[in-house]
Amino acid sequence: MNAMGRWWRKVKLLFGRETFAVDLDEEMAFHREQMAKELEGEGMTPEQARVAAMRQFGNTTRMRERSHEVVGFRAETVAQDMRFAVRQLRKNPGFAVTAILMLALGIGTSTAIFGFVDAAMLEPLPYTQPNRVVDVAASTPVFPRGNLSRADFEDWQRMNKTLSSLDAYTGAGYLLRIGSVSQPVPAGRVSDGFFGTLGVRMELGRDFRPGEDKPGGPKIAILSYGTWLKRFGGRRDGIGQTVSLSGDPYAIVGVLPQNFSFAPRANAELWVPLGDKGECENRRSCHNLFAVGRLRDGVTVEMAQADMKRVAAQLAIQYPGSNQDQGAELQLLSELIIGHARPILLMLLAGAGLLLVIACANVASLLLVRSESRRREVAVRGALGATPVRLVRQFMTEGLLLAVAGCGAGVLTAGGMIALLKALMPQLMAQGPPFLRDVGIHVHTLLFAGAVALVASGLLALTPVLRLALKDIHTALSEGGRTAAGRFWRRLGANLVVVELTVAVVLLAGAGLLGKSLYRLLHVQMGFDTTHVATLQVMSPDKVYPKPEDWARLYPVIKSRLMSLPGVQAVAFTSDLPVQCNCDTDWIRIEGRPFHGEHNEVLQRDVSPEYLPTVLKARLIEGRMFTDMDDMKHPQVTVINETMAKKYFPGEDPLGRRIGNGKLDPKSMREVVGVIADIREGAPDDDPWPAEYFSIYHGPDDNFAVAVRTAGDEEALLPEMVKAVRVIDANLGVYGEVTMAQQIDNSATAMIHRFMTMLLGAFAVMALVLSVVGLCGVVAYSVSQRTREIGVRMALGAQRSAVHRLILKEAGLLAGIGIALGLGCAVGAGTMMKSMLFGVRAWDLSTLAGVAAVLGGFALLASFIPARRAARVNPVEALRAE
Amino acid sequence: MANKPELMPGTLDMLILQTLKRAPLHGYGIAQSIRRVSDEVLTVEEGSLYPALQRLLLQGWVKAEWKMTETNRRARFYTLTAAGKKQLGIELTKFEQMVAAIGRVLRAAEEAG
Repeated sequence: MNAMGRWWRKVKLLFGRETFAVDLDEEMAFHREQMAKELEGEGMTPEQARVAAMRQFGNTTRMRERSHEVVGFRAETVAQDMRFAVRQLRKNPGFAVTAILMLALGIGTSTAIFGFVDAAMLEPLPYTQPNRVVDVAASTPVFPRGNLSRADFEDWQRMNKTLSSLDAYTGAGYLLRIGSVSQPVPAGRVSDGFFGTLGVRMELGRDFRPGEDKPGGPKIAILSYGTWLKRFGGRRDGIGQTVSLSGDPYAIVGVLPQNFSFAPRANAELWVPLGDKGECENRRSCHNLFAVGRLRDGVTVEMAQADMKRVAAQLAIQYPGSNQDQGAELQLLSELIIGHARPILLMLLAGAGLLLVIACANVASLLLVRSESRRREVAVRGALGATPVRLVRQFMTEGLLLAVAGCGAGVLTAGGMIALLKALMPQLMAQGPPFLRDVGIHVHTLLFAGAVALVASGLLALTPVLRLALKDIHTALSEGGRTAAGRFWRRLGANLVVVELTVAVVLLAGAGLLGKSLYRLLHVQMGFDTTHVATLQVMSPDKVYPKPEDWARLYPVIKSRLMSLPGVQAVAFTSDLPVQCNCDTDWIRIEGRPFHGEHNEVLQRDVSPEYLPTVLKARLIEGRMFTDMDDMKHPQVTVINETMAKKYFPGEDPLGRRIGNGKLDPKSMREVVGVIADIREGAPDDDPWPAEYFSIYHGPDDNFAVAVRTAGDEEALLPEMVKAVRVIDANLGVYGEVTMAQQIDNSATAMIHRFMTMLLGAFAVMALVLSVVGLCGVVAYSVSQRTREIGVRMALGAQRSAVHRLILKEAGLLAGIGIALGLGCAVGAGTMMKSMLFGVRAWDLSTLAGVAAVLGGFALLASFIPARRAARVNPVEALRAE
Repeated sequence: MANKPELMPGTLDMLILQTLKRAPLHGYGIAQSIRRVSDEVLTVEEGSLYPALQRLLLQGWVKAEWKMTETNRRARFYTLTAAGKKQLGIELTKFEQMVAAIGRVLRAAEEAG
């Protein structure tokens, strides 16, 4: 008979299980009756015959089981084991709940973090074949990834041979007129094939057509899905409508799909074609675009990069004035968007993994303790005929059951944690990478949880087996499972605890380093008084305020309005607020110095006279600050920062020196009139850059920031300020109101830092609790095993304090080894996360010492409880009990 | 019962099949038949008989049905199937080969001795 038929018959039997048992019983009863009859025929009484037949027939139950085994599936005995395991766990709910909770914690945390890593690394971008889309940028010796000029972009697009398409994008802002209020909306300006290059299809309407991005092209716009919903109620007839952007009518031609996102311009509400060239885009030396390209089939990023470098080199020969030293820098777009998040995610994943290790170690040692206390049960079952394989299987089933329950609970935990993390995730971070939207429990995360559970269950199933295999069941029985007291296990358990403590130290140290780094970050020298400063951004529409003179007229009006608000001490204007970024730069040349076309890059800030001395309270080192006289009618002057003075005027007095652009155009020349102490313009963890300040009255901006110093609560002032500026002219876009303190607190670096510290800190606390509980368990177990020994010692005259010391010494040794190992590993881990630390080194002594002290303290506390119990042992009882 | 020879391993299935070749029998009948025919030399342990019957059923070599005995008791009768007959042939051949082989070894040992 073939295997198939046999299997089928088994399946049938499985469902006819009841009939099978009844049949077998009846058959055997018949057999016994016949035997009894036969014996009766030989002269026995009916009663004697019945008994004799029963005796001869043997153990009916055993026989039934054997028949069952023949026809049954192996799985059925597994089910039996399972029932038994469930019974065992229910008998001991404390153990089961603890173990499942620990596993749920470990598996849940690592699965949740994996969910983010998975989303970030595997499906980062919602485009067609995202791994063929590259970021294309110009590189200079100082700037590895710089903007392209429009002329360069057009040449690159035409001359390259490795990209099937190359398209440019840049940010833009428009004033969207809605009713009587003008709202500034962030937007993107792109070349015609931009969405095609990304491989994005419109949800509604159409994409830009070839040629629509030329100067003088149509005024049309594509909306983001969110904008379409928010501003057009998601109506299909939104297509074809006209919106007023900074006074110009634009026709809406398309709507992007809901899942579209483009992190470099994450907040763009609408997209328009590049269109007319502004002043900047007519110059080859003015760089304002970035580009994305799609690789041709069979082309690698390196090949495309080499090709672009060739193009750049050709252009450098053709246009030496603007393109000297300019190369090309290509990378996968996904690398640009999520590259910086990768180390963070990996670190968090490592942290979660370590937590999982601790949880597993803890559960394993719990299982060990249990298998130890069940040695007698095992011995009895062995003596009654259970084969070792069967016993081992029983224990493995229990381990598996725990792991499966833990995994189930873990997936639930993971779901909760992902939701929690998403809520906690800093706004900036959540806005940036598009993948975060898709994080959740799905195939990948479930597979991961499954794999983790598999490994965990393997570990959990194997520990007691290891333990059993190494112990002879019969010795266990004869010894009454006592004296040998599992020296092996105690060592294994102790080893597990050492591992736990080591891991806990690493996590604590990591969290400690990050915490310290965060503190440093928030307390970095800003170079100005960050308190009582309120800021907002103003944008003036070109239609109403077309010329620089018109913008300049706005300043005194806004100033007098704001000065009349209660508590306001000073009002100032600037092109860029501090603690933003080391951007908005200019290339300079110093008069009377040899010059070979180097890119001397410095920050450029336009400020009003009150800005530096009164609002920011910057420190003047020498010379003077700006006055109201530094306007368009007077020669241009500049105030530089200390870093610039040191870098470009080492060992000389910068006052009176003249700076200009690369060609030293007479119009660009300005005289240094003052030097101030550095104000941190960039992110808190960026090094200060050389900076040049100009009078905003000399070169007004149509988009500027207002900074106000007040005597009172700056936060309460913000809405008043917004109202006051809006009253001046409803056409003005007013946005981005924030206090200086808020801005520093919420800088991207600080937020990400805080988020990481919080998470790793949470991991560390959990690790601390778990490992200390583990230590406590191991020491307590050891005490329970040594009760008799302690009894003997006390009977022989040992003092309670000596017993106390004995136990504390044991715990202290374990803790000591764990902490020492942990500190070593922590330095290694710290070195690996060096790039994420600010102002703290991996071997930061105070952090490491603090961690050692905290863990040591807790370990002492944990071993104190069992030590006390040991010291309270009554020698008489201890000796008699066994 | 102490000195009765053990059934040679692997032969029980063959014996059952052979017994059933003559007529369908119930479990007790099979045990009795083997004992009687072997002149009380071979005893089938009940502990092995029923698992063996289940095994044969599973292989499809025998089939079982409930019938009445001569004494009007319900009993489960086992019948040899066609597949069972074929299997019996195979097992008999194997067994004879083995017996012959053992015989040769024993004779060789005698001659040598």
